[in-house]
Amino acid sequence: MPIALRTLDDGAWISVNDSRQVSVSDVWTLSRGVFCDCEPAYVLLEGFFDADVDGRVVVTGAVGQCLECGTRDTIERLPVGRMVDGAFCPYDPECVQWGVEPDGERS
Amino acid sequence: MGTDVEQWKDELYGTDIRDEIERFAEEGWESIPDDEQDAWFERFKWYGLYHQRAGQESYFMMRIGPPSGVLEPGQFRRIVEIADEFSRGPAENPEFGNGWIDVTTRQAIQLHWIRLEDVPEIFEQLEDVGLSTVQACGDSWRNIVGCPVAGKDKHEHVDAETLANELHDTFKKNEAHSNLPRKWKVSVTGCDEGCGQGDINDLAFEPAEKEIDGETVTGYNIRVGGGLSRNEPRLARDIDVFATPDQAVDVAGGISALFRDHGDREDRYNARIKFLVDEWGPEKLRETLQVEYVDFELHTAGDDLRESYSYNAGEADGKHDHVGVHEQVDGDYYVGLNVLVGRIGVDDAYDLADAAEEYGSGEVRLTQRQNIIFTDVPESNLEELRSEPVLEEYSPDPHPFQRGSIACTGTEFCSLSIVETKNRQVRFARWLKENVELPAGVENFHIHLSGCTASCAQPQIADVSLRGMKTRKDGEPVEALDIGLGGGLGEDPQFASWVAERVPADEVPGAIANLLENFAEGRDSEHQSFREFVAERDDEELADLIEPEETEYDDPYMHNTKRTWYPYAEDDDMDASPAPARADGTPITSDD
Ligand SMILES: [Zn+2]
Repeated sequence: MPIALRTLDDGAWISVNDSRQVSVSDVWTLSRGVFCDCEPAYVLLEGFFDADVDGRVVVTGAVGQCLECGTRDTIERLPVGRMVDGAFCPYDPECVQWGVEPDGERS
Repeated sequence: MGTDVEQWKDELYGTDIRDEIERFAEEGWESIPDDEQDAWFERFKWYGLYHQRAGQESYFMMRIGPPSGVLEPGQFRRIVEIADEFSRGPAENPEFGNGWIDVTTRQAIQLHWIRLEDVPEIFEQLEDVGLSTVQACGDSWRNIVGCPVAGKDKHEHVDAETLANELHDTFKKNEAHSNLPRKWKVSVTGCDEGCGQGDINDLAFEPAEKEIDGETVTGYNIRVGGGLSRNEPRLARDIDVFATPDQAVDVAGGISALFRDHGDREDRYNARIKFLVDEWGPEKLRETLQVEYVDFELHTAGDDLRESYSYNAGEADGKHDHVGVHEQVDGDYYVGLNVLVGRIGVDDAYDLADAAEEYGSGEVRLTQRQNIIFTDVPESNLEELRSEPVLEEYSPDPHPFQRGSIACTGTEFCSLSIVETKNRQVRFARWLKENVELPAGVENFHIHLSGCTASCAQPQIADVSLRGMKTRKDGEPVEALDIGLGGGLGEDPQFASWVAERVPADEVPGAIANLLENFAEGRDSEHQSFREFVAERDDEELADLIEPEETEYDDPYMHNTKRTWYPYAEDDDMDASPAPARADGTPITSDD
């Protein structure tokens, strides 16, 4: 089944099948090196771009800032959820995202 | 990225949207096909309807934009009546109750909790008094801002009201300019105080004089490509063009068409004309305008009046806003009333409408500092007007901390915001008023709170700039603010420099108190303004003057307010949301 995936309202949302599923302003926990050298890095996501689906995993580009060291950067292909039986299951931002490689499985 | 939006706009946009809104309203919220929602909500913006954030599905924000913020007699009351009848939410706001109007920094009014089913009736009631929501949001000519006291003002040099109205009449519902790559914000200033804030708009008309064929003509200098959003603030750039009042509409149409044809439609983040001006430079823009978009020889820029600009300028001299009692050119007075964070509850709003009619002409004008103005008050009515009970809160002589406060919508309704804003700013102002002494001679002190980098509260042009952020405190993520200092418009506008980042929101009032104490101790003399004080110091010195600390101030919004369906609801959990709802408010359960 094709998935309608897009960012909305200046990157404030990731919309999956016309439903707003992932919002900016959450703090995501990322492992060292994915974003900065903090371990783990607590990164406030401020805007999404280039949402895409990789197999069943929904990934996105995001602009964010580390709450500890202040690094402001973009991150590519951050996994934010997965498709299960055609429905979107969001990942919990507070769980560590170990990696952002295309087939990245979360811990 | 922008391709979806561009495709939707290609398929159907502009005035054609109206019939579709009527149809969906007739058939009810549920008639919008699930797989077309993103497209329709994008299109609805063109008619001033913005779908509220997650947890508030099926409810809309509605924006009404009168040119230069001028509401003619009867129009303000009509908006209040609409708010009273249609703008009621499923839960109360602890500071503002239920049912209010918001005055925005672009001289518009926003209503929340609007149901699609009520929209045709609301449109009818607005049109009945000559108001409209057309192009209030979306990719087109937004509300034209400008001097709100145009036509009445002793400081006026050019007739800004006439031009603002001509632009409004020409470019609203104008098919050739309906679908631009992005929003298009235009400002017309006619006075020597700079209250149109042209520097932060896509297209600015600014008062100027030019010697043409041996005669001095008053008209406008043109600046292009200002704006505050997305961590990429720009001041509008001088393109070396003077337009006579007769040429102004053609020049505006030329630049709008140039933007339509050359703006970036591939990438919405890069679409605003400020980025085109970055890429081209003002010379190429002028040349393209001359060769391709106007059929007369453009004049070079004339002499401007920027030297005397004082609005929002943070300097010691001149008017910083329109609050207070001021004589008009005809001998009557205009009375500027302070509206804290721009929000007026409907009961107060009725009282204000009554007062405007009883003591003035009934006109209510909206300012870019989220305040309102009554015009045409005869001198003999001033005392009675001032003794009206409603003017105690909406005062022509407010405390500087209340006078200087601006806040955007925030996580209460907005998708973009990172933090709660309006209620917080009300609490900040209250605490500061009770606990902090302003240094001698400081009568204006502007604190602008914006929930995110979209910068709707214009944070970069305040004495103290606050911008929504997050931080971690005691191991938990909490709402926080970046603090910037020293911004302001005026002859030499300057954006604030962000000197302290990620300050927990409950430590910000303490930080401002300490900063003001350090300013009082460290300033050269009582004549030195805060902006001058900041300009003399580098960021490191300034950061040392901000000492965040917890105080008696209590902040009830430290949790993730965006993760609630409504931050003030008793059960604010997303799962407790009554949205989406049918027209009568009954929740629609999803069972798909
Ligand atoms: Zn870090």
